[in-house]
Amino acid sequence: MRVTVRLFARLRDLAGSGELVRDVTAPATVQTIWRELVSEMPELGVYERTMSVAVNADYSRMSAAVSEGDEVAFLPPVSGG
Amino acid sequence: MAPLVAITADVLDLQALTQAVAGAGTGDGAVTSFAGLVREQNQGRRVSYLEYEAYEPLAVRALNRILDEARAAWPTARLGVHHRTGRLELGEASIIIVAASPHRAEAFAACRYTIERVKQIVPIWKHEHFEGGEVWLEGATADPEDAAARETAYRIACE
Repeated sequence: MRVTVRLFARLRDLAGSGELVRDVTAPATVQTIWRELVSEMPELGVYERTMSVAVNADYSRMSAAVSEGDEVAFLPPVSGG
Repeated sequence: MAPLVAITADVLDLQALTQAVAGAGTGDGAVTSFAGLVREQNQGRRVSYLEYEAYEPLAVRALNRILDEARAAWPTARLGVHHRTGRLELGEASIIIVAASPHRAEAFAACRYTIERVKQIVPIWKHEHFEGGEVWLEGATADPEDAAARETAYRIACE
């Protein structure tokens, strides 16, 4: 199945793109997609313990199931305000 | 009428947001506002300008969630919050918050709570350009379900 990956701030800079499309084998979780990204771009791995994740623009967890067409976002620690 | 919650690349308009929150006929006795500005010095660096990036749909959701939390804690408070994105020069407002209430205590507290929670859970990032380089600022790991973080914001608001 196909999912859209969104990356922000320094994660986006490290990956060189804020939006990627990936094909993953079902069943998959947010964790599955993250592992695949890190195997492709190991430099992203430093964010594993500090980032937040979202599915379809709603905060989620690494263990959450991902479906065809979902948008999965990886978010570095925030600094708004 | 300005929306109560907005993520926008436009210059923020405190007067318009105040009008939307605390316009005529609300009967409120107090209105407080907060504006966060791009500061000249940050952690010993001389700032040139900031670029703000947002995950907009989630940022709007997070802001609405914060206003719901504030209204639950201070039921008489009415609130609005706008956050800017894109390039901001020194002295420009990156965020404005307006809180109105029949009495000042609730308005001050709800306003303070809102800015503390924004810094905890809203997916927005500052890219600081300073003399000699640039850096992404990273603060809190955003977790809206983290009760301890929410409690910290509440305690600061009530100080």
